[in-house]
Amino acid sequence: MELVQNLISGVAVGCIYALAALGFVLIYKSSRVINFANGQLIAIGAFLAYALAVWVGLPVLLAMLLAMLLTAGLGFLVERIFLRRLVGQPIISVIMVTIGLASVLDGLMYLTPFGSGNFTFPQFLPPGGLNLGGLSVSYPQLLAIGFTAVFLLIFGWFFQRSVLGIAMRAVADDQMASMSLGVSVEKVFALAWAVAGLAAAAAGIVVGAVSGLNQDGLIAIGLAVFPAVILGGLDSVPGAVVGGIVIGILQSFSTAYLDGLLAQIGLVGGGSQYAVPFLVLLIMLWFKPHGLFGTEEIERV
Amino acid sequence: MQLQVDKVTLSFGGVQALSQVSLEVDRGELVSVIGPNGAGKTSLLNCISGFYHPSSGRIVFEGHDLTHAPPHLVTRYGIARAFQNIELFTGMTVLENLMMARHIFGHYNLWDNLWFYGRALRVSVENRRICEEIIDFMELEPYRKTLVGDLPYGVRKRVEVARALALSPKLLLLDEPMAGMTLEEKEDMVRFILDIRAERGTTIVLIEHDLGVVMDISDRVYVLDFGQVIASGLPEEVSQNPRVQEAYVGVEVEHGA
Repeated sequence: MELVQNLISGVAVGCIYALAALGFVLIYKSSRVINFANGQLIAIGAFLAYALAVWVGLPVLLAMLLAMLLTAGLGFLVERIFLRRLVGQPIISVIMVTIGLASVLDGLMYLTPFGSGNFTFPQFLPPGGLNLGGLSVSYPQLLAIGFTAVFLLIFGWFFQRSVLGIAMRAVADDQMASMSLGVSVEKVFALAWAVAGLAAAAAGIVVGAVSGLNQDGLIAIGLAVFPAVILGGLDSVPGAVVGGIVIGILQSFSTAYLDGLLAQIGLVGGGSQYAVPFLVLLIMLWFKPHGLFGTEEIERV
Repeated sequence: MQLQVDKVTLSFGGVQALSQVSLEVDRGELVSVIGPNGAGKTSLLNCISGFYHPSSGRIVFEGHDLTHAPPHLVTRYGIARAFQNIELFTGMTVLENLMMARHIFGHYNLWDNLWFYGRALRVSVENRRICEEIIDFMELEPYRKTLVGDLPYGVRKRVEVARALALSPKLLLLDEPMAGMTLEEKEDMVRFILDIRAERGTTIVLIEHDLGVVMDISDRVYVLDFGQVIASGLPEEVSQNPRVQEAYVGVEVEHGA
């Protein structure tokens, strides 16, 4: 019973990683850009939702929806202003730009009241949770799982059914071919960034609802996404989801079991949950660098 | 004049890949571009299809200026291309590859079609019919549902041409569609190319190394060497041209080909 309980909380946390990883993977898949500013997009999304709900006084759900759209707009602008010029430049330049962008966005957030202190969303979920035969699932946990599920359904529909989604898949598979079939690759990149902003904001909002809003904490989610995407495969959307959930479960189990074991041999600090995901990352890179679902690139020399 | 390439120069840094290249193609013609490796044949196709933009000169297709048009716009004007180094969606089936072309092509404005119901669904049924017809035409029936990644090279080359056809082009650019093929596959491909022109009236610009094939099927031939047009005209004229024999045929003979 305790095991299942830990599993549930692991899945809930993992869903947040999955949401955050989704945008990351989408950008990498379509444009091969590694977005180090993902954590900042997550934080900005969450703060926007708070600002709209508390300072502007919009209904919480409307504020969240609006924040997601605004963050999508921010993603779009970032691509338009900074990354469009870098198409065809060495990948290291592009990575440096996203790292620089992360610092700039960090700095801008420190200028706002969010830079210092913790905030919590106004209560919009009923207190407590569901009780299912001895297992309790809190409402924020349900929110995380439900939100992710809805998001994935919409994503799935989008990629399978909409022309734009199909165009994105085409670009991810073969850029040259897509261009020759009439796809505007630039439009697809911009869209990938917009959707990444949307997913990042969704992740930030769920984190905010589960554990409050704190700049460092939100940005750290951006980093925690790396083990998830390495595990799942950098260019695989289902991989992002599976990777995120696996990492979430591992973290939950680490706290529940590993911390206790380590304490017996004198390592009483706890917090193994912060190390375990990156241990997984290292092991994956040794044995399966393309991840569970990633594309193995075979190059003929 | 359907396609007009007018004094196009393309340079990469100090290297001139094309200098002052002019080429004219009439509707329904089959025009070949030949020349030794590195002569600039593929660069020329890249300029026409918008992957490269010439540093000077002009390219006009049916009144549209292609000189600075991006590839996706060139496609909209009715030019399709089969790549030399097969650029297919390897994780999809043959049919899906063709449908992909129709899908994207069918909707001028991508934003219009976030919804896949009603009109879009009817368009899709029509697209499917067109793709099946092309599959029949290119004799790809046995491979309809095979992943492109699992197909042998010769068949992939055929799928590459089929996918270009799925765009219902007015002008088809073929970049060495027979390279690396067996004799039998080559003969099939020649037959397909002739059929495409005869049955669909598609204009074709062909890059090919096999001189025998080129001389047999082309209406007119352009010869490139070091980025310049050194000869052009009817196949028999071109093959008699001493500069061509020196630059192209001569080299071939030296190697005993």
